[in-house]
Amino acid sequence: MAITVRAVERPARTFATQLYLVEVWRGLAVTFRHLFVNLFRHAMKAFGIKGYLPGSVTIQYPEDPAVLGKRARMRHRLLKRDDSTPRCTACLLCETICPAKCIRITAEDAPDPKIEKRAKTFDIDLGLCVFCGYCVEACPVDAIHMDAKDVELSAYARKDMIWDMPELLGDKVKVPSRPV
Amino acid sequence: MTFAISMNDALFTTAKVLFAVVGVGLNIAGFLGWVERKQSAVMQDRIGANRASIFGIKILGLFHPIADAIKMLTKEDFVPKGAHKTLHGLAPVLSLGCAMFCLAALPYGGVIQFAGRSWDLQPIALPMGVPFVLAALAFGVHGIVMAGYASGSNYGLLGALRGASQMIAYEVCLASSLAGLLFIYGTLDFSEAVRWQALHGVWGIVVQPLAFILFLTAGAAVTKRAPFDLPEGESEIVGYHVEYSGMKFGMFLMTDFFESIVICGVITALFLGGWTIPGLDLPSMGLLGGALMVASFIGKMMFLLFLLMQLRWTLPRFRFDQLLDLGWKNLLPLALLNFLATAWVVYLWR
Repeated sequence: MAITVRAVERPARTFATQLYLVEVWRGLAVTFRHLFVNLFRHAMKAFGIKGYLPGSVTIQYPEDPAVLGKRARMRHRLLKRDDSTPRCTACLLCETICPAKCIRITAEDAPDPKIEKRAKTFDIDLGLCVFCGYCVEACPVDAIHMDAKDVELSAYARKDMIWDMPELLGDKVKVPSRPV
Repeated sequence: MTFAISMNDALFTTAKVLFAVVGVGLNIAGFLGWVERKQSAVMQDRIGANRASIFGIKILGLFHPIADAIKMLTKEDFVPKGAHKTLHGLAPVLSLGCAMFCLAALPYGGVIQFAGRSWDLQPIALPMGVPFVLAALAFGVHGIVMAGYASGSNYGLLGALRGASQMIAYEVCLASSLAGLLFIYGTLDFSEAVRWQALHGVWGIVVQPLAFILFLTAGAAVTKRAPFDLPEGESEIVGYHVEYSGMKFGMFLMTDFFESIVICGVITALFLGGWTIPGLDLPSMGLLGGALMVASFIGKMMFLLFLLMQLRWTLPRFRFDQLLDLGWKNLLPLALLNFLATAWVVYLWR
């Protein structure tokens, strides 16, 4: 699409706008409309009368789940092949491209000669991760995704921010961190 | 004139003053903290603070002002190194005290007959009530200048200078916009002004609509709240109370609410008929009349506070030169012209 220029006329300064009172009144009309419409909707909800829009757009986060975008980058997830072995071939491309240096992989020989290598350990320190998604882009075998639908990653100790391979694969549940 | 004040009179006056300052002032000021949060939230399609709970009871976040007070009382009361300790502590007291004084001079009710004698429901019936309130409000600027000066901080001092020039500019408009109205009423006493409106069956806002707009604008400026919050500017520019923390900061915060209450009280008394209710002869209704008077006065005051709050959350802040232009070049000439025209009309009328 070609770039087009649309000239926007500067609103003329008339006596009415210079007087300011009219503009104040128009502004008040907008805010009062919102106030009373929202109050009416809140009241309808309080009386249990259905059929009205919600009075606010607030998401009550800890009670209601967080609304995440379709392409939001969340916690990493390691994927498996059909025979449920990890897809990762320990090529270290993700570790190399990571700008935060939060991925640490050690490799070992894979039993399958066609695969040659596989990851022995695969640790991601989420305390360092900047959630740039470069590891997902770099992976040649589609072994790592950032779609674990998990954004509540806080922990009480730095070492609890490190996720190892079974945890990233989903084989082991990450034990919640406790206060030190 | 007799100076023999009976014990009962002294007790009654004390009770009235306590009611005005503690009952009306502190309660409404605390309540305004909740109104401010909730009203701004609802008009911005939000919910607003609703988490503070006592034993699981929340009632729409009404406990948040209490939580605020506890927070402010338990925070560290920090006095910076270069500050003048005495003045630094005195400034918020002076600022809040001046606003508190005014509350005792407002007419919450007229004179009622009960138990064989008459009771004046105005806490302190001053024959010079209007200038007293204006003077006490104007004196509050000392608290601001003192706060900025005693902080030993250039930012505080600059905020105080902005505050001083703004307050002086708008105090002049505040007083001169009332001049025409008081000329018509022929009194400086709040109760007399209310009685004039009751007698003529017409509210001051009808008699002097321009004065009402001028006074409301200047009043909003004197309370130092948005769109006139340049002395404070909590979020962007730094204000006179930058070096204050804990309850001392809380007192400056309360001052704004108290001044709002005072301004709304003055508008109620002089422009909205005070404690009168059209169609009802309240002074002859005894105790019920007295209760209705106070309810009517506070109800009108709360409506005005609601309006001011809506204005505060609707309008953007003025630039400082625009603010002073509005005060000196627009409001003041209009107020003086209004006064001259009123004086002329009154002269021809009589």
